[in-house]
Amino acid sequence: MGRYLLRRLLQLVPVFIGTTFLIYWLVWAVPGDPFAGKCGERRCPDQYIAFMTEKYHLDQNVFVQYANYMKNLLQGDFGQTFSQREISDIILTSYPNTLKLAVVALAIEAVIGLGAGVLSGLRRNGFLDNLVLVSTLFLIALPVFVVGFVLQWLLGVQWGIIKPTVSSEMRWSELIVPGFVLGSASVAYIARVARTSIAENRRADYVRTAIAKGLPMRRVVGVHLLRNSLIPVVTLLGTDLGALMGGAIVTEGIFGINGIGRQVFRAIITKESATVVGIVVVLVLVYLVMNLLVDLLYAALDPRIRYE
Amino acid sequence: MRVSKRATSAIALSAAAALVASGCSSGDGDGDAAASKDGSIVVHGVQPENPLVPSNTTETGGGKIIDWLFTGLVEYPNDGGAPRNALAESINTTDSKVFTIKIKAGTKFHDGTEVKSKNFVDAWNWAAYSPNGAQNGTFFADIAGFDKTYTSDPDGPDGPQKAPAPTAEKLSGLKIIDDQTFEVTLAAPTAVFPTKLGYSAFMPLPDVFFTMKPEEFGRKPIANGPVKFVSWEDNSLIKLTRFDDYNLRDKMKVKDVDVKLYQDDNAAYADLLANNLDFMEVVPTSALAGDKWKTDLGDRGRSTVTPSTAFIAFPIYDKRFQNPKLRRAVSLAVNRQEISDKIFFGTRKPADSWANPLTPGAKPGNCTACKFDPATAKTLLAEAGGFSGEMVFYYNADSAHKDWMDAVAQQVKTNLNINARAEGVPTFAVFRQNINAHKMTGPYRAAWQQDYPDVENWVNPLFVTNGSSNDGLYSSTEVDALAKQASGAPSLEASHEAFAKAVEKVDQDVPSIPVYFYGQQSGHSEKIKKLELNNVGEIDITSVEL
Repeated sequence: MGRYLLRRLLQLVPVFIGTTFLIYWLVWAVPGDPFAGKCGERRCPDQYIAFMTEKYHLDQNVFVQYANYMKNLLQGDFGQTFSQREISDIILTSYPNTLKLAVVALAIEAVIGLGAGVLSGLRRNGFLDNLVLVSTLFLIALPVFVVGFVLQWLLGVQWGIIKPTVSSEMRWSELIVPGFVLGSASVAYIARVARTSIAENRRADYVRTAIAKGLPMRRVVGVHLLRNSLIPVVTLLGTDLGALMGGAIVTEGIFGINGIGRQVFRAIITKESATVVGIVVVLVLVYLVMNLLVDLLYAALDPRIRYE
Repeated sequence: MRVSKRATSAIALSAAAALVASGCSSGDGDGDAAASKDGSIVVHGVQPENPLVPSNTTETGGGKIIDWLFTGLVEYPNDGGAPRNALAESINTTDSKVFTIKIKAGTKFHDGTEVKSKNFVDAWNWAAYSPNGAQNGTFFADIAGFDKTYTSDPDGPDGPQKAPAPTAEKLSGLKIIDDQTFEVTLAAPTAVFPTKLGYSAFMPLPDVFFTMKPEEFGRKPIANGPVKFVSWEDNSLIKLTRFDDYNLRDKMKVKDVDVKLYQDDNAAYADLLANNLDFMEVVPTSALAGDKWKTDLGDRGRSTVTPSTAFIAFPIYDKRFQNPKLRRAVSLAVNRQEISDKIFFGTRKPADSWANPLTPGAKPGNCTACKFDPATAKTLLAEAGGFSGEMVFYYNADSAHKDWMDAVAQQVKTNLNINARAEGVPTFAVFRQNINAHKMTGPYRAAWQQDYPDVENWVNPLFVTNGSSNDGLYSSTEVDALAKQASGAPSLEASHEAFAKAVEKVDQDVPSIPVYFYGQQSGHSEKIKKLELNNVGEIDITSVEL
């Protein structure tokens, strides 16, 4: 177990360097001069451009820039944006918001998705199963921004049940609707996967044995069936956290949440490699750690799986 | 000019708005004084790009907040009329070259220190010193000694050489006489100089600014206006509150102003509809289609005109566009009224003059090339020897310009039989890069929002050789001479008359074509009973009553 963990952690290093360089280089290769559009319909004073170029080493080639950046990063310095704000500040203010939103989305996915999946898996081809099938199809078919705008307009503007946007305090209660919007497509997938998994295991020998032993149905489903059927669902949920955080830009935009999506978008447009990489570095870490956690969870869920 | 970040676009849709005709107050009568007194409002904002230092702010997100925080020597009245003294007691000159500026005694910065003449002189010297890299540094070019403090890079910013260090740290044209008086000597007579003093680059800075890093000051600015800074949460909220010691003009009637920083205009619009946001300067384009905003907002919406103009500029450095007859033919082939009606639902007005008519000194209707006259256009094109090849109209595709640029190209194609089409350049940055490098191969969209209300600002930067925004490299010795004479005229009236002559010459050469005047559609919540917009269409927060 310990060696397995160490091996996995060591794998993070090349992945980390590879992704950061690739992203740094891609942003660097975005066409356009970062200061060409900054002063509107008038070119920026040469002095301003010279001042910024020198300050951010923009006259160096991309490898030198990246090496400089990594050197500072390893010392804990994320650098500054072109507006002279500390990138670490941006990360510290915007990450918790996106994480909060993603966690709410994940919770909604787990509760609704798993609930619907289990119910429809147990009563296959019943009314409930068909209802879940149709409604999940509907959710998958709708793009996030449609769900977002419709709910915002209906609940926020027409009926006045919620505020159309989230306040800067980011209260949990305000995040329920945005969280549902963000997680809506995944809810459907979770429900589908859970249903299939439950339906399959329902016919497994150990379930038949458990029923034959005379265990109450609640225990058969809750302990024996569910635990073994959770593996594909946990995989989906675990990797989804990273996807939700990276993909939250649309939801964040609709509900006015100050998260990482907007920051990354802005930074790409203004060619601020350092900001993009800084934010993505953390996102890469989230992905890697979540993947690792999921793998470790397998062992807990299924005693047959052991790591050497 | 300030650039709007909205849709990462070039111009400032949020520009300017002189409500000349309406007198701009909302029709609901007066507010309730008691409700206003401790009331607070939430207004729409955009995260400022830079720390809030006046001489380093060139975009509307930060510019709006700078305008509220600071009061300058002169201010521009909400009705768009001639500037009047604000912090200045008097600005005297006999020759438009040496100005003696006396400021009112006993006004305070938000940290309690008094505003003295040295706060102006030091602030201007700081911005004019090129190693400080202030974006608005060139605004001080009129003042004597600027060439010593502000040096240029001999081979441009991309070249290997660096700009030589300036030989002076201070502008020789600025002299402090006493705490309330200072003298400004310009390099050449400039009648419009006092008008410029209301622009944000000329604001005073408190002593404490010079003891700290500009970016630290800009995160927690100390100013001298009717409202003072409280806190700034990036991308989320800027809190401002009434400055009770303000004695230059009306104090604010409401107490707190929260500037909610939105990423998305549609989110802000939803908040506005739900009365969760009290003022939105420009409703999103999506709400303009079919006059949706009018049905949504009813009497909470208002439509105003703003002193900004959309142009199509010619790259005159390209041989194919050097014949004025060809340029005039293209201009006459554009049906501006149709573009205004069909594409903008009447929210933009067809352009018929060179300077925006809301600007003091502008002559309405002086653009003879702005008529729609396809017959004359065809004749002129024939006289110019026709146009061979493809005429491509360029625009930046990251903002809503496709529709009207397509329409212009289509009209040129239909009316002149030129093989014309419109093409989008992906981002504003790439678009501007090509324009700055003089590499455009066809006419392109441009827009101009005045920095300060005077016709001078519509001629010198745009049409004079080496003007700061003369990107098409138009050059006419006649226009240069007339504009120079106009700039140095002893009075504003004489200056305006002389500029009118320069514009007549511009009208014959058609270096660019005015297409439409911008309009602005804003909305407010039910809570606000009275409000005015300032000359550039921003909410005047001192006027708000609940």
